[in-house]
Amino acid sequence: MSGHATFEPKNPALKWFESRLPLVGLIHSSFIAYPTPRNLNYWWTFGGILSLMLACQILSGVVLVMHYTPHVTLAFDSVEHIMRDVSYGWLLRYIHANGASMFFIAVYIHMFRGLYYGSYKAPREVLWILGCIIYLLMMATAFMGYVLPWGQMSFWGATVITNLFSAFPVVGPTIVEWLWGGFAVDNPTLNRFFSLHYLLPFMIAGVVVLHIWALHVVGQNNPTGVDPKTPKDTVAFTPYATIKDAFGMVCFLIFFAWFLFYIPNYLGHADNYIPANPLVTPAHIVPEWYYLPFYAMLRAVPSKLGGVLTMFSAIIVLFFVPWLDTSKVRSGVYRPLFKQFFWIWVLVCIGLGWLGSKPAEGGYIIAGRILTIWYFAHFLIILPLLGLFEKPKAVPASITEAVLGKKGGAPASVGVSAPQTKG
Amino acid sequence: MNKLMSSLSIFSSSRASLRRGLIGAAVTGAVLAGGMAPALAAEGAPKPHRESWSFAGPFGKFDQAQLQRGFQVFKEVCASCHSAHLLAFRNLAQPGGPHFSEEQAKVVAEGYQVQDGPNDAGDMFDRPARLSDRWPSPFPNEQAARASNGGAYPPDFSTLAKARTYEVGFPGFLIDIFTQYQEQGPDYIHALLNGYVDPPEGFTVPEGAFYNAFFPGHAIKMPQPISADQVTYTDGTPQTVDQYSRDVTAFMMWVAEPHLEARKRLGFQVMIFLIVFAGLLYFTKKKVWKAVHDH
Repeated sequence: MSGHATFEPKNPALKWFESRLPLVGLIHSSFIAYPTPRNLNYWWTFGGILSLMLACQILSGVVLVMHYTPHVTLAFDSVEHIMRDVSYGWLLRYIHANGASMFFIAVYIHMFRGLYYGSYKAPREVLWILGCIIYLLMMATAFMGYVLPWGQMSFWGATVITNLFSAFPVVGPTIVEWLWGGFAVDNPTLNRFFSLHYLLPFMIAGVVVLHIWALHVVGQNNPTGVDPKTPKDTVAFTPYATIKDAFGMVCFLIFFAWFLFYIPNYLGHADNYIPANPLVTPAHIVPEWYYLPFYAMLRAVPSKLGGVLTMFSAIIVLFFVPWLDTSKVRSGVYRPLFKQFFWIWVLVCIGLGWLGSKPAEGGYIIAGRILTIWYFAHFLIILPLLGLFEKPKAVPASITEAVLGKKGGAPASVGVSAPQTKG
Repeated sequence: MNKLMSSLSIFSSSRASLRRGLIGAAVTGAVLAGGMAPALAAEGAPKPHRESWSFAGPFGKFDQAQLQRGFQVFKEVCASCHSAHLLAFRNLAQPGGPHFSEEQAKVVAEGYQVQDGPNDAGDMFDRPARLSDRWPSPFPNEQAARASNGGAYPPDFSTLAKARTYEVGFPGFLIDIFTQYQEQGPDYIHALLNGYVDPPEGFTVPEGAFYNAFFPGHAIKMPQPISADQVTYTDGTPQTVDQYSRDVTAFMMWVAEPHLEARKRLGFQVMIFLIVFAGLLYFTKKKVWKAVHDH
């Protein structure tokens, strides 16, 4: 991982500054000279895309706050004021609302990528756990953000989710009253959610800094899962990774813009255009799409406390994946059985998401139970056992060998017999 | 205190019903052993027909004449019961909407009295509305509206066209992403306005309600709101219920999304920019990586 240029300023002013605070050197070593594996595919651009989305959400959010009023009698109309009277307010609000969904699409792809290529394995456990913490913070932030427009789904979503905490014995009701700031979801709830919705993104940004720091200590994983061994295995972050990330980001923005400009309410719920009314319960209370798999798990368990614990466990189990996966081989590319189970698990997650949007009745409940059991079995049974019984394919000796072997014609390569599975 | 008690009982009842729902569903599920049909059958209302709207699709625009007719229907018929408290008179003269002239919008505004004040003597007073005023609501509060409408509250028109939908189902909801279908609300409203038909055999319509094929539960408190030739169009457009309902639905969509045209116009420009930019980046990336790919 050595052999790339270090930062040596020529300019005397910069030299003076650099010897006192090596800030430019830090940027240089992190985003210019930083060695990245030469074989990263486009699934690796989602880290950059997520940084872009975080910045996009914070910027649009800060401007929205200039026009929003966090009060139960004014919140709904102030959002509509943004949509109608603020210059490009409709754009800001649709960016922020759809941006949240885009943020989650990107984070799910980023997590699936990590799980497929074994990016959580030693020495990247802390990196993975920091990522899980970011995901939890994102869920809390998005939930509170959805409450702010104070529409019907805002209100009833907040009511259902905060009520979940009442399932805990002894402390449950106290926690719920504390969350509400009273005895029902009302103005104090809206105010504290607003305050926390503004705070949490900056906490996310802080953990993102730790996440990137940890990444730069252990280095990036890559589709082969083989650590870089020679300078030939890596390329400098700039221009190679920057240009590839930039292309990935712009492609993602095209996808974002499709929703933003043409179907901005597709990912939302029509009921949230009805002002909140504590006396009228919507026919189906449905959370935002990114919570649906967990919502399905919640409803799959017949006891309320059991459902809540199942739902939280579904996220907590992710923290332990580095130790639940017993395989010595890092990348799923060389694990024929794991690969199949991985895709089954992806389908299970999507299936749970679909079930979460359906009413909790009949066959939906049964299907929800089967898929919930499979979700946990994947982590608690399949992953530990696969490592013991699976016979992995031969792993290439180096990244360069894997890349040039793939091209087929390189005479220097001795690993032609190495597996050629595409990531 | 009363309010608090009623709120509390709502929450506990919603919690209880959630629990009941879970148990009931578990029992049904066990009996039916995984059949999906009953759950779907429970939502039996017919799906509204997908109409052709001028504002649909990537280049959709409101039909200005249609919005003006729709406004006429709203003003002469709907507005006697329905409010539109976020609609300002000045909006009527804005581009991307009915786009009346400012003088026309002023004349409309002056036809309404709004309360202002207090004046120097401390008294509230009525004056003719100005362009900056919002559309006056027909009832002073929700209770008054309910009292005059058989207990039902006629919903506000401000966001109504975006607040109504129907379930599309799989795989239609995925196809809608590609076809950019966003007109569930207008299609439902159009269907509802044309959905006053005779109830089927065996359906008892409750006292004070009317049968509607598209209203959830089919018993709607709103009587058929409009009949043929009720509003006189000056431009020769047919004066049918279907035409009225199309015009007023388009108007409602504009009230709910007044910047729809600007959004789609900007969207096209952004798309062109992003696609060209992506193309340039792609070829730059290819060139930068060329050296690495070969050795």
